[in-house]
Amino acid sequence: MNSRYEVVIGLEVHVQLTTKTKIFCGCSTRFGQAPNSQTCPVCLGLPGALPVLNHKVVDYAIKAGLATNCQIAPHSIFARKNYFYPDLPKGYQISQFELPICERGWLDIELEGSEKKRIGITRIHMEEDAGKLLHADGQSSSVDLNRACTPLLEVVSEPDMRTADEAIAYLKQLHQIVVYLGICDGNLEEGSFRCDANVSIRPWGQKELGTRAELKNLNSFRFIKQAIEYEVERQAELLDDGGKVVQETRLFDADKGVSRSMRGKEEAHDYRYFPDPDLLPLKVSEDWIDQVRSTLPELPQAKLQRYQQEFGLPAYDAGVLSAEKPVAEYFETLVALHDQPKICSNWVMSEVLGALKDKGIDIVDCPVTPAMLAGILKRIADSTISGKIAKQVFDGIWSTGKSADQIIEEQGLKQVTDTGAIEAIVNEVIAANPGQFEELKGGKDKLMGFFVGQVMKASKGKANPEMVNQLLKKKLSA
Amino acid sequence: MKINQKDVEHVARLARLNLEPQELEVMTVQMDAILGYVDKLNELDTEGIEPTAHAVPMANAFREDEIRPSIGIELALGNAPMVAGESCFQVPKVIE
Amino acid sequence: MSFQNLTIQQIRKKLIAGELTSVALTRACLERIQATNHQLNTFITVCEKEALAAAEAADEQLAAGNAALLTGLPIALKDIFNTLNVRTTCGSKLLDNYISPYDATAVQRLREQGAVIVGKLNMDEFAMGSSNENSAAGAVRNPWNSDHVPGGSSGGSAAAVAAGQVVATLGTDTGGSIRQPASHCGVVGLKPTYGRVSRYGVIAYASSLDQVGPLARNVEDCATMLGVVAGYDPADSTSVDCPVPDYLENLAAGVSGKKIGLPKEYFIDGLDAAVKQAITAAIETYRQLGAEIVDVSLPHTDYSVASYYLIATAEASSNLARYDGVRFGVRKDEGAGLISMYQQTRAAGFGDEVKRRIMLGTYALSSGYYDAYYLKAQKVRTLIRQDFLEAFEKVDLLLTPVAPTPAFKLGEMINDPLQMYLSDIFTIPANLAGTCAISLPCGFSQEGLPIGLQLIGQPFAEADLLQAAYAFEQATDWGGRSPELS
Repeated sequence: MNSRYEVVIGLEVHVQLTTKTKIFCGCSTRFGQAPNSQTCPVCLGLPGALPVLNHKVVDYAIKAGLATNCQIAPHSIFARKNYFYPDLPKGYQISQFELPICERGWLDIELEGSEKKRIGITRIHMEEDAGKLLHADGQSSSVDLNRACTPLLEVVSEPDMRTADEAIAYLKQLHQIVVYLGICDGNLEEGSFRCDANVSIRPWGQKELGTRAELKNLNSFRFIKQAIEYEVERQAELLDDGGKVVQETRLFDADKGVSRSMRGKEEAHDYRYFPDPDLLPLKVSEDWIDQVRSTLPELPQAKLQRYQQEFGLPAYDAGVLSAEKPVAEYFETLVALHDQPKICSNWVMSEVLGALKDKGIDIVDCPVTPAMLAGILKRIADSTISGKIAKQVFDGIWSTGKSADQIIEEQGLKQVTDTGAIEAIVNEVIAANPGQFEELKGGKDKLMGFFVGQVMKASKGKANPEMVNQLLKKKLSA
Repeated sequence: MKINQKDVEHVARLARLNLEPQELEVMTVQMDAILGYVDKLNELDTEGIEPTAHAVPMANAFREDEIRPSIGIELALGNAPMVAGESCFQVPKVIE
Repeated sequence: MSFQNLTIQQIRKKLIAGELTSVALTRACLERIQATNHQLNTFITVCEKEALAAAEAADEQLAAGNAALLTGLPIALKDIFNTLNVRTTCGSKLLDNYISPYDATAVQRLREQGAVIVGKLNMDEFAMGSSNENSAAGAVRNPWNSDHVPGGSSGGSAAAVAAGQVVATLGTDTGGSIRQPASHCGVVGLKPTYGRVSRYGVIAYASSLDQVGPLARNVEDCATMLGVVAGYDPADSTSVDCPVPDYLENLAAGVSGKKIGLPKEYFIDGLDAAVKQAITAAIETYRQLGAEIVDVSLPHTDYSVASYYLIATAEASSNLARYDGVRFGVRKDEGAGLISMYQQTRAAGFGDEVKRRIMLGTYALSSGYYDAYYLKAQKVRTLIRQDFLEAFEKVDLLLTPVAPTPAFKLGEMINDPLQMYLSDIFTIPANLAGTCAISLPCGFSQEGLPIGLQLIGQPFAEADLLQAAYAFEQATDWGGRSPELS
């Protein structure tokens, strides 16, 4: 990053909602269907067709607003944004302009090694998506309107971010929240969570904002970071050379790692917004807001705090376990069955998540359910099995679907706690390694581990390690 | 003059209407007359008056999030001036 | 066979009694259309085959004793209503080849009640006009005198009823487009309260003003038709969920004791002498019928035309953006790229009046002018609406002329759009206020052109409006007359 200038970043995020139907008609929003198969007079913009608002879209917008600390407007309206483009059937997009549904929210981001920072959210509004324009050959393009009229929330931040890392932290948190809320599938590649970044720079100490460029087509967190960093360098070089930044839209090319201007499309935009006379004003009562609030899940930030305070987990563990809702749910179910949060955390983070990652399985499909895992942890706690054997039991459950107790029984994994039996093995091991035993006796304490290991090996891991230790100590002092 | 020919040209571009030079001239004269007439609204003090978007004050019309059958590709494309491939509308390429 | 002296209810009785069949009635209409359409140019599309098939089906229903409210009755629609599998042009060259894939809600309701849809009626392109001269299908002639316009934009709907081509028609009214042609053609036309009839499937001109309504030979038929098409429609967010009364039930209740207001702003110097005389006589008739006549004021009347032509054109400029030659309509492409295709298509497809209104509306919404034009007009609309609400605290109904003059001559005003706009002065305020109004015959000029009377009612008080109109119709003999057609 260039140190001569202060960087100012504001983000506009389009969140595609997971409603079954479109925002203004009953067509399905399912992805990947035959072109124009999910259309009707309304979303085709046929003469005479009229929009009717999907109630669930409003519920989702309120959810998003509450989760990002916004004020929910008691009165909001839809407006038409007028412009011509083949993917926009009516020649206008129904959006919100004056009086959006949510305003004045914020998210707190935390970067490693620095203070918590509050990023303002200017507004969240509802709007319809455009269709898809596919550039087929040299002379023409084709239009698929399946996506037209799909519900979107546009989340507009304040220009509060000063580095690409802050921008990414904000985006990741916003992404986490909308996925947690269940209002967006969060798929960046399919365009369910799209980000435009407004980037400008200014000499340190200058009050006025510099001229900004709008970066579009950012479909992964990595590209967003790259694009912002590229843009900051580009603008800094311009200013260093005595040049000026032009206000423009730039398209990021992820393959080349550069952005290019979309000049030409900049032709005098005059969207002629006005209230859509086909739609009524939206009134949201306190009751409605309360009812939506009661359906809000505990959000990741709150979980992060709670896991540290209530369960005494380290910040790292709390972060990993709260990042995704299904993981948090797995963990919380486990803790409810086995009240040893740190042990539960260790198992989920290493064994469960590790195995899922290896096998490429989603946690909701994990063959070892929280109840099954709790079964293992109980047997460790009551010394039926050792921690080491427990991993073998975990693998057994994974491949057979049987319970911990069944696996322990069938495979004879029960820990040996019979003093006589263990002593016999200890004697065998001492007899087999007389030299080392003498050295141990002589004070070479390091060899203690060797003997415990040998005994455990001879017992196929089933000997209780504590008892092995005690017996060996007894032999030494004998 | 409320409006000149250059303004009219700009508005025609916004409205995606190709107007011939002679049409532009006539349009300018007519729009100027109409805009001159509507200026009479400024005789009224509307400070503090709420605008009326709908004559019948109403709010909140919704539909439930329930799928209704689409009309099908055949009807959707039935009036298309040009069809691309199996089931897309075809349009000329954007030329700047 | 003539049905011209019968009401829908009387025809219905004959159909049910088997004295008449729908096929015979429909054939009579089709023959009448065939014989007179070259002269009047009322129909853009005649659906002969479909109509006869529907009539046969209606006769089966009648024979089986399943008569609905309009079973077997030949009805025609302004070509602004989407009609499944039927060409729907809206009077525009741009939609010359447009076959609608769906029915408007109002059309669906007519079909559900057994109506036989005979065809689609001529109109000013996209309902923009007061003379029906702005149609890609050519001008409609006034059945009373073919040198004169029938009024507009529902000129075809009014002329077809006057000429006895069908029993009744549907039109739309944004600034007077039902009432003014009804007045000029000597028929009854009702503009219901905004939200009373669904706009779904009705091609939009100005969404906050457009309203569907019937045109018919008499008040009772208007009441019958309104009863069929009125009512809440979940597909139109602006339709109002309020019960539809039986408009026929108390039609003969009379006006005794009713207070009828005369807004002084509607009785201006420019009023044609014959119109003034006819209206004065109508006022006297109401007095004799027992109504109390009261002077009232609607002080912002003079601003309604200016307010209307900003609001309506602004909404229209956006509503008509969808005619871009991409998904339907007649495309014009000279191979110079997308933007050029848009410009060519729209330039070739739209007529002059439509272009003018798109231009005006685009300007009124454009950056830097929104507050001065569009927003200002919406605020003035508030004042106009308040005028009506205040007047309706004092009176039950308002009585006014429909138009300052009887039907003018073809071509007379075509080059002076502003003058044409100003002729809508008496009809526009009811649209801005969203309330209901009816136009009914109240006299003839010396040249034999019909003159109409307007009654304006309170929002959703269509029943009162119809009762008052019916009382006048029964007390006079201006209604139900038929022009001589060569």
